[in-house]
Amino acid sequence: MARICAEGLRIEFPLYHLGARSMKKRLLGAASRRVKADAHNRVVISALSDLSFTIESGERVALVGHNGAGKTTLLRSLAGIYEPVGGRLTVEGEIGTLIDPAAGMDILSTGRENIRLRGLYRGLNAEQIAALEAEAAEFSGLGEFLDVPIHGYSAGMSIRLAFAVATASQPQILLMDEWFNTGDAEFLAKAEKKLEQLITASEILVIATHDMDVVKRWCNRVITLEAGRIVGDGVVDKF
Amino acid sequence: MNSEPALKPVFYLSLDAANPRQAEKALADLRDGLSQWRLALALARLELRNRYRGSVLGPVWMSLSTLIMLIGLGLLYGTLFKLELSDYLPHLAVSLIIWQWISTFIIEACSTLINAEGVIRQMRLPYTLHALRAAFRNTLVAAHSLPLILVVFLVFGRVPGPEAFLAIFGFLLIGINMIAAGLLLGMLCARFRDIPSLVANAVQLAFFATPILWKPELLGDAMVWMALNPFYALLETIRGPLVEGGGPLLAWVAALFYTTLNVVLAGAIFARFRARIAFWV
Repeated sequence: MARICAEGLRIEFPLYHLGARSMKKRLLGAASRRVKADAHNRVVISALSDLSFTIESGERVALVGHNGAGKTTLLRSLAGIYEPVGGRLTVEGEIGTLIDPAAGMDILSTGRENIRLRGLYRGLNAEQIAALEAEAAEFSGLGEFLDVPIHGYSAGMSIRLAFAVATASQPQILLMDEWFNTGDAEFLAKAEKKLEQLITASEILVIATHDMDVVKRWCNRVITLEAGRIVGDGVVDKF
Repeated sequence: MNSEPALKPVFYLSLDAANPRQAEKALADLRDGLSQWRLALALARLELRNRYRGSVLGPVWMSLSTLIMLIGLGLLYGTLFKLELSDYLPHLAVSLIIWQWISTFIIEACSTLINAEGVIRQMRLPYTLHALRAAFRNTLVAAHSLPLILVVFLVFGRVPGPEAFLAIFGFLLIGINMIAAGLLLGMLCARFRDIPSLVANAVQLAFFATPILWKPELLGDAMVWMALNPFYALLETIRGPLVEGGGPLLAWVAALFYTTLNVVLAGAIFARFRARIAFWV
């Protein structure tokens, strides 16, 4: 069963290429809450501090909070991209990320080539890649555009492709940043159905969003972040 | 008593800041990165295809410019050093082509992690993959020029003896050094953005300080000091077997020493700072 467990999770971003000492002093002024000096006296931004939570299989979690609250950073930590400077994180289950759909795509390659490339990124074998290609090609509904380099795609088409590729393999844990509200209504309905399908397989969804409609429709738990800390954690009904 | 293996998670991530298990994770990164060689090769080919997009000759330009350089430099320096062309050109061909392979790798290794920023921040991937991809890319480019060595050998009727097979070890040593240096330089350059310029300058200097245009014998008694130059040592592991009947033992010992040093240094720094790379790029 998929499961995520964080205990005292802490992530800090070092600010390396700072110029003068006076800049450092000013940043570390009395009023600063998130910019601080770490043990080695380097200036760091405290992106996430002391987060503890457990997400069990079947939970659909919405991460809400203002810009800069730490939603995307938390998603990236859950994906194992940012490793914690403090605390512990355990993630059990295969992870699928939809954080930046264009990342890892080669704009000079065709849609089909990009699907295969993504299969290689995931470490799939030739047979699995063929299956991924067939499924993503079908779901994206791109038709003849699949064999066109993706720099010729519209924003909506790129998103269709990214969504199709990312959701084709049914990850146990789906981490997504809100981005899918582009695209036409027909595809949105299709995407929603696909997401529902993923979720009913009793796996975990963690989605960073501002949209309360998304929260109400897709999620059953809300974690509210503020300045890198959890300030609320509860069921959706309370909102 | 048997636990159900089907229930075991496909993917298991356990990160604990208090117990980072650095060496274990660095080794796992290396293992995973090497096992994804297909992806590294696909990315390397993609990058080359994109680099030469729309160009009719593509990477063949590299071989052409190497050929022109060989003829020009061969005639000029062969005359300057008063060397027989049949003796000088095979030396120059091997030296120049291997040097181009190594030097472009070193320069591109500096940007391998910085350029992969988008992917690094999107999915968890072994960092070794990026070093491997840079090594593949440069090896593919070099492979276009390698036949020139054969052409020069044929033109001058130089057929190396069975000791030429020793060059396989030379290629292997250079390959190992590329993975290690790719990680080491990739990390250093991601953290300290002045290092790429520094490296570019050092490589330029090394071109003249390494016996590529000139032959090491010209140094006379001072030749033993050449062992202090890691580029000479590595170059000699391929040039020795191909044109000098094996190459001096000292160069082989030095090459092994520098490779070990490189691997140990890269391994230590990689193990210590691997988890920080995502914050550096």
